[in-house]
Amino acid sequence: MSKFDFEIAVVGAGPAGLAAAALAASKGASVVLLDEQAEPGGQIYRAVTETPVRDRKVLGPDYWHGAELMGPLRDSGAAHWPGTTVWSVARPREDAADGHRPLQIGLSRNGAAAMLTVRHVILATGALERPFPIPGWTLPGVLGAGAAQVLLKTSGLVPSGATVMAGSGPLLWLLAWQYLQAGARIDAILDTTPKQNWRAALPLLPGFLRSPYLGKGMKLMLDVRRKLTVIGNVTALRAEGAIGGDSALKSVVYTRNGAEHRLPADTLLLHQGVIPNLNLANATGCAQRWDEQQRCWRPTTDAWGATSVEGVSLAGDGAGIGGARAAEEAGRLAALDALHRLGRIGREQRDQAAVPFRAALDRALTGRAFLDTLYTPAEAFRVPADDTIVCRCEEITAGAVREAVRMGCSGPNQAKSFLRCGMGPCQGRLCGPTVTEVIAVERGVSPAEVGYYRLRPPVKPITLAELAALPKTDADIDAVFKH
Amino acid sequence: MTATASFKPASLCPDVIVIGGGLHGCSAALHLSMRGVRVLVLEKDHVARHASGVNAGGVRQLGRHVAEVPLSVASMALWHRIQDLVDDDCGFESHGQIKVAESEAELATSHARVAELNALGFTHEEVVGRDELRSLVPAIADHCVGALVSRGDGAAIPFRTTFAFRRKAIALGTRFQEGGAVTRLSRQGGLWTVETADGARFEAPVVVNAAGAWADRIAAQVGEPVPLEVIAPMLMITARVAPFIKPVVGATGRTLSFKQFPNGTVLIGGGLLGRAVRDENRTELDFSQVSVNARTVWDLFPCMRGATIVRSWAGIEARMPDQIPVIGPSGTEPDLYHSFGFSAHGFQLGPIVGRITADLITGGSTDLPIAPFHVGRFAA
Amino acid sequence: MFRRLPEIETALNAAAEAVAFTIDGRPAKARAGDSVAAALLANGVTACRNTPVSGAARGPYCMMGICFDCLVTIDGTGNRQGCQVRVSPGMAVETQNGKREVER
Repeated sequence: MSKFDFEIAVVGAGPAGLAAAALAASKGASVVLLDEQAEPGGQIYRAVTETPVRDRKVLGPDYWHGAELMGPLRDSGAAHWPGTTVWSVARPREDAADGHRPLQIGLSRNGAAAMLTVRHVILATGALERPFPIPGWTLPGVLGAGAAQVLLKTSGLVPSGATVMAGSGPLLWLLAWQYLQAGARIDAILDTTPKQNWRAALPLLPGFLRSPYLGKGMKLMLDVRRKLTVIGNVTALRAEGAIGGDSALKSVVYTRNGAEHRLPADTLLLHQGVIPNLNLANATGCAQRWDEQQRCWRPTTDAWGATSVEGVSLAGDGAGIGGARAAEEAGRLAALDALHRLGRIGREQRDQAAVPFRAALDRALTGRAFLDTLYTPAEAFRVPADDTIVCRCEEITAGAVREAVRMGCSGPNQAKSFLRCGMGPCQGRLCGPTVTEVIAVERGVSPAEVGYYRLRPPVKPITLAELAALPKTDADIDAVFKH
Repeated sequence: MTATASFKPASLCPDVIVIGGGLHGCSAALHLSMRGVRVLVLEKDHVARHASGVNAGGVRQLGRHVAEVPLSVASMALWHRIQDLVDDDCGFESHGQIKVAESEAELATSHARVAELNALGFTHEEVVGRDELRSLVPAIADHCVGALVSRGDGAAIPFRTTFAFRRKAIALGTRFQEGGAVTRLSRQGGLWTVETADGARFEAPVVVNAAGAWADRIAAQVGEPVPLEVIAPMLMITARVAPFIKPVVGATGRTLSFKQFPNGTVLIGGGLLGRAVRDENRTELDFSQVSVNARTVWDLFPCMRGATIVRSWAGIEARMPDQIPVIGPSGTEPDLYHSFGFSAHGFQLGPIVGRITADLITGGSTDLPIAPFHVGRFAA
Repeated sequence: MFRRLPEIETALNAAAEAVAFTIDGRPAKARAGDSVAAALLANGVTACRNTPVSGAARGPYCMMGICFDCLVTIDGTGNRQGCQVRVSPGMAVETQNGKREVER
């Protein structure tokens, strides 16, 4: 009989992970919550236990809801390992142990690598900002709006000097509103929401009218529009450094109604929505599909978050964007299913317990289609012109990717082998979606046909020293001795 | 060889069908095209999808099985003018390959190896002592006592190389059909019929089996079972570090292939195995083995201990029980030629084995000694 | 460019929350709990490295550990993600010249 360090490992301490770990542990399972950050909360509730921004109206009530998830986690008895980077989830070779094939998690903690053996893994890896490839997006001074929000939450930092925000999507408006509450100055918001998106989204409006986001979202947008300069219908953007220099941002150039305008800027905050952070799921071998509505890849899951890999489930935005409240409920559903699979609860018990969570999930997802459609970025911002860098790590332009397609590369993996595009330390997180779409447009086929990078562990870099000193588990030792 | 009499459009009627779009399939296609033969390459995924695109890129004569040495030496000559062959330098750089000895006993093995090769008339390998090893590899750990060296060896970029062979073959008239696995191979009236999973049928008088880790299935279609083992050698690569080494380094007593690319990244491999799931085109890494590899580098290159590993992977390859490939005509059927089972060291042989296959098809013989590689050696 | 919210700046100037560290040898100050990347931005350092490919300047971009643009040398160890490491008293943070480091 194999030994397990824990029955369930939850990866990521955002809303999905916090809720999943708390529920699973409260039902008696041995659970470990693995998280890269020093404090729980994920990105949405980043630093909620320790933020220096004490004035609760600045970050707003949705943010402070995150604090309510901490008590149940503490009371549940789940182990919480902060500062832990998971770089691999896999099953060792089939012949390693008889009968049981535990999952092995490769992780780094306090500068040392280790393998953890568990029976079930719930990946709650959350979202990341959709790449926003415009000329000059690599200049110092250009950051994601999500990044700027992290600076506010963790350190009470707000932009100073000339500041421009650009893009589309709820997070952009939320951040602008938070800056307003905090008394920070924003010179302009360049709204890139395509005019025609309103037409496409309109039929979906009835659903959105029942959405919990509606009231909050409208008020927030009205506040921002009343107090800040918002420039709509922006169809092109570029960031520029000093003439002949590339050391830092100096200005933002945008196109509106066919005319170019220039704004001086020390800081440019870009945002055009979020997409699933799927690197770990992909490297674990979970099947994924192209979501046309959200224009992103998402791992394939069933109603409980179970993936194509046995014993591995996904909860929250990592499985498709639904927002924080939906993530929480998805975390609970995944936990119930894991408890069922581990034999701790019966099928009926699982289904019964799931009823309120599923209802809450449906509520949270109401109106999502409207937001997805309204905030689909324009093609110009997803499929950039030739001179724009798409792969920041290796500095590969869209033009180079197109040239590779003309030479016979039909998908991202060939472009990667050929150009090193996506081979840098970010492992395609900042270029993958763009490369898929650039190739699809160039070939005249769908993104689904073009495919995505095959990602491999370690999904986060680890040092050679850590790897060399990797302690061996029983299963590993078995595998070595059988050679 | 002339085209078969046929009224089909020429493009639909190749003289030779090559099964497998790896380096060996592409090289055979290129050499055949250079002689005016019309070739169709059938690739189940895309060119260089497996071992040919993801191997360590070592271009090595050093330490080869003696049966392979004549082919390897001939291939090396092609590598040194690879630009002339495929109109691309393939990222080939020749800074030698080195196999370090960590003890006097290991160094004695190296001396014996050189003596064996010299007796056969080959002089490309030599033994160097402690000092010369340090001038070649200043970063090597203090305990290493010497090394076996092949100065003409080097490394190239595998995907780029295979892609270059493909491009040149296409320029000379070869057609590639990617995305359909061969499901059936049959021969009637002097003509092979090859069917693929997408329902297509192709005909040609001659077939080359260069299907790599899937080549046993092609051979089985013609009643020629081969004991092919599917393996998944693992590799890892670091973030860029300051340049500190030019030759490719291996070890005498341990499994290692270690090299730094011009861009600063360091590739670490050598053949420790993960698990291949060939029906799913998938490999699984075994970190207990990756860790063994990391430990070797820790021991031999102390300067690498803080380097970050950004990615690891494995390719799917075919290994034969005697660790040497199958090259040459089928033992059961005429007009079928094998080129597979390179047992994780076929990359360097790519340029020459394609030429050998073309020699056999167009002239019936080759000037290189290929008898040891005949498929018949596995017959019961 | 970034600044602290006034009440946080005041608290920082007043008290024990301040962490003294160095950026390329120059003394700098951060708040306990700041990541190295946040501490750099708070001290007016927007560019923390240049790339090994073209030598272009880069600074923190994602602040959540995915873009690897905030790589810095921390206490002598290179290529560390500034946004994933908390600043600590006496820490020596150095900006990276990736281009020079990898040139042959």
